[in-house]
Amino acid sequence: MLVGLEIHVQLCTRTKMFCGCALSFAEEPNSRVCPVCLGMPGVLPVMNREAVEYAALAGMALNCEIAKFTKWDRKSYYYPDLPKNYQISQYDLPLAVNGYLEIPVGGVNPALQKDGPGATLKRTRIRRAHLEEDAGKNVHTAGNFSQVDLNRAGTPLLEIVTEPDMSSAAEVRELAEELQRIVRYLGVSEADMQKGHIRFEPNINLVVMKDGKEYKTPIVEVKNLNSFKALEKSIDYEIGRQLDLFVETGEVMGMGNKSTRGWDDVREATVLQREKEEAHDYRYFPDPDLVPVEMNDEAMREIRARLCELPLQRRMRYVSEYGLNEYDAGVLTESRATADFFEASVKAGGEPKRVCNLLTQTGLKLANERICSIAGLGVTAEGLAGLARMAQAGEISATAANTILLEMVKTGKTARVLAEGLELIQKSDAGELEGVVDEVLRGNPQAVEDAKSGGKKSGKARGFLLGQVMQKTKGQANPKVAAEILGKKLG
Amino acid sequence: MDWQSAKQLRDKITAGEVRSVEATRAVFARIAKYEPIIGAYISTFEERAMAKAAEVDKRIAGGGKVGVLAGVPIAVKDNMCTTFGETTCASKILANFRAPYNATVVEKLLGADAVIVGKTNMDEFAMGSSTENSGLKRTVNPWDRSRVPGGSSGGSAAAVSAGLCAAALGSDTGGSIRQPGSFCGVVGLKPTYGRVSRYGLVAYGSSLDQIGPVTKTVEDTALLMNVIAGYDAADSTSVDDRQAPICDYLAKLDEPIEGLKIGIVPSFNAGADSRVQKAIGEAIEVYKRLGAKVVEVDMPHLDYAIAAYYVIATAEASSNLSRYDGVHYGHRTANPNDYIEVYTKSRAEGFGKEVKRRIMLGTYALSSGYYDAYYLKALKVRNLIRGDFTKAYEKCDCLMMPVAPTTAFKIGEKMDDPLKMYLSDVYTIAANLAGVPAISIPCGFDDKGLPIGLQILTPAFAEDKLLRIAGMYEKETEWNKKRPLIIDN
Repeated sequence: MLVGLEIHVQLCTRTKMFCGCALSFAEEPNSRVCPVCLGMPGVLPVMNREAVEYAALAGMALNCEIAKFTKWDRKSYYYPDLPKNYQISQYDLPLAVNGYLEIPVGGVNPALQKDGPGATLKRTRIRRAHLEEDAGKNVHTAGNFSQVDLNRAGTPLLEIVTEPDMSSAAEVRELAEELQRIVRYLGVSEADMQKGHIRFEPNINLVVMKDGKEYKTPIVEVKNLNSFKALEKSIDYEIGRQLDLFVETGEVMGMGNKSTRGWDDVREATVLQREKEEAHDYRYFPDPDLVPVEMNDEAMREIRARLCELPLQRRMRYVSEYGLNEYDAGVLTESRATADFFEASVKAGGEPKRVCNLLTQTGLKLANERICSIAGLGVTAEGLAGLARMAQAGEISATAANTILLEMVKTGKTARVLAEGLELIQKSDAGELEGVVDEVLRGNPQAVEDAKSGGKKSGKARGFLLGQVMQKTKGQANPKVAAEILGKKLG
Repeated sequence: MDWQSAKQLRDKITAGEVRSVEATRAVFARIAKYEPIIGAYISTFEERAMAKAAEVDKRIAGGGKVGVLAGVPIAVKDNMCTTFGETTCASKILANFRAPYNATVVEKLLGADAVIVGKTNMDEFAMGSSTENSGLKRTVNPWDRSRVPGGSSGGSAAAVSAGLCAAALGSDTGGSIRQPGSFCGVVGLKPTYGRVSRYGLVAYGSSLDQIGPVTKTVEDTALLMNVIAGYDAADSTSVDDRQAPICDYLAKLDEPIEGLKIGIVPSFNAGADSRVQKAIGEAIEVYKRLGAKVVEVDMPHLDYAIAAYYVIATAEASSNLSRYDGVHYGHRTANPNDYIEVYTKSRAEGFGKEVKRRIMLGTYALSSGYYDAYYLKALKVRNLIRGDFTKAYEKCDCLMMPVAPTTAFKIGEKMDDPLKMYLSDVYTIAANLAGVPAISIPCGFDDKGLPIGLQILTPAFAEDKLLRIAGMYEKETEWNKKRPLIIDN
């Protein structure tokens, strides 16, 4: 099968693409509007430089060539949610072209890649990425009329078009999620699918082998996908549907038989929206109200300097540099804030695996509950590093460390203060522990005998004795030290 | 009240010799008397104007600071947005449209303490050369009621000519300030593209449209330019003052010009009526007497200007006017069956014949398969015409030519033949395509007593020089002191 994606990303600039209105989500309809985005007579657009910079940054992250000279074009079509009945877009000189995006296939661990790092990365080519203004929304409530909400009109949109390089639903989902992470890392979009900040429209068809010949089924574009799950399911659904249809009718791809289908979340099926691709003539021409955009080398350098290490690269590095497992590396790099916090903590002296465990086992859970970032929990990276160091030094147990982190978040106190206050400091003093061990040995002669017997029972008995030591110290004994003493005494 | 220029009136008002209330009242008295005949205005704001006049008078009496147009009654073409009254563009589709904002030029007028008298009639959406395409009313030429005032800023030119305001603003896409200026015997300037903000000017041909003054004297044009010229952050196509500095056009007006070289295109001028050609020739003689030299220049692509213009202007218009769809504002058809009918019927009912014609022409020119042959080719012609100007200005300081091939024609004379109407723009269109400034000043009358205009063009952003050149002729002649017979004083 072949899948290409058309992706619309709303950029989270301070203002709209061509006017001073703030961006909007869920405000009172038509409250974030001005004469310009309402398309009133006589108004003129003024380009938002920030949007161009955001778009260029995203283009760079997608390995695109960024145009030094680009312009604005009007795309004409009549629809009630489009106030001017033309959309300001970019036609023949898009801001970015010829890029690619890579996703891992079969893991990100470079050590596992026989042919070196990157050998298991699958590349999808990016044909182009251009800027345009979003339309408003038609609202159908009750009665035989519709209303138009123009809050969204004029929101900067980055439209990204890939080549049909993806060959499975899982791959499409992986790429879509990677793209979401990238734009979030760059801080150019909130990229919330439910809120429509990022919208994926796959173009799907199959290459069927029959009697030694290749047949391509007609292309279907799927719309209304508001989750990654829907994206993946819709593609799987289309594979089955298109194959059945091909077997039944034998219809192949041709001029004008591309159709558009919408995803029905309840029935988990695609539903026909438009049979034939209408012969649209958008009558593109350069917008005479706007001047071309020129970007000199300095501006380009300035934007490139804002590029950060991208999520996939970071994920791969966490495996190779910190020895984290792939799953944890993925969890930590899911958001830039978490990854940054993790690295700051490591830099402050926290052992990577300890810090990782504290974050994945407790930190992220708390952040999730409180709907905030890791940093928003109020514990500093240094504070977390301190906690990790205590665990690493054996001053506290791994379990205690997680308990302490929970308390740090609740109380704002330091790890050490809490460890002491909660009596979670492990007893590692051999002399002190020796007394306890002796006491335990005296009180359990049968177990001692079993342990010394060297038979089957030995291991179990040793475990029991160590448990007794832990119990007597209320869990504060350093198990490693206690086991050593026990071992010595039992010979 | 005596015929006086905006500048004279402004000086008297600021000096406390005349009160703005008196001047404004006099204007409204004339409007009451002559407007039923002339039909220059789509709307007037007497109450508002009188209040503003009184406020300015009060400030002057109290020794307060006032703007450079203090208390001067000014008219504005009805395609410039105002928060007061309607902004109709003389179209049924916007007949009841009230703009939620003021055009930048309107803000500037108000900031200069002008008294806005009313909004003037025009060809619908500025498409036309006679104001006969107004969807709302008819304007006649004050010099001859059976004739057109020119267009599309016919209302502004007629109002200034008939003394129904001291000065006015018009807009010029292919001659819409200069040609009515010429037909009505007043001064009309189309500034360089980008000199005056277009923000709030309802767009016709965005790459050609430019707002400019329509006045009784060159001095008044300089005065108004001092108010309206300059960069506007709201208009990306307006030119940065650092790139092309604006100056005090009024202060510079009397600076003499030594060794002026006037360029003429003899073959091009030959297309005008003999009486028009004669008047232009005589005007150039006046310049010669003042020491100017005349050089012949070759501008081979001017012949293609009309064809290129009617492709570019209509292409842009077809897109600019797509927003009038009955959905968000303006005329909406009654009882549409679906949203497609909201579009088709609202537009069919709201737009006049000429507007529909131009929308169709422009839509065609932009359609896939035709784009290269029409729109792209027209842009190439436009570049060649720009090149013609650049080359011509290497040999001369300014170009002189007629404004229009004829004087004001009869009402209805060209309405059945759009092509004939389009051809009457032959002399004015090139300046819009090239973006250069051009002025029309009165330079005589034909045998029927109808005014003739002299057109002067200079390189881009040389408005100061253009006004000085126009001013030196005006000082030598009395043409602009003549008033239409209809006017009794």
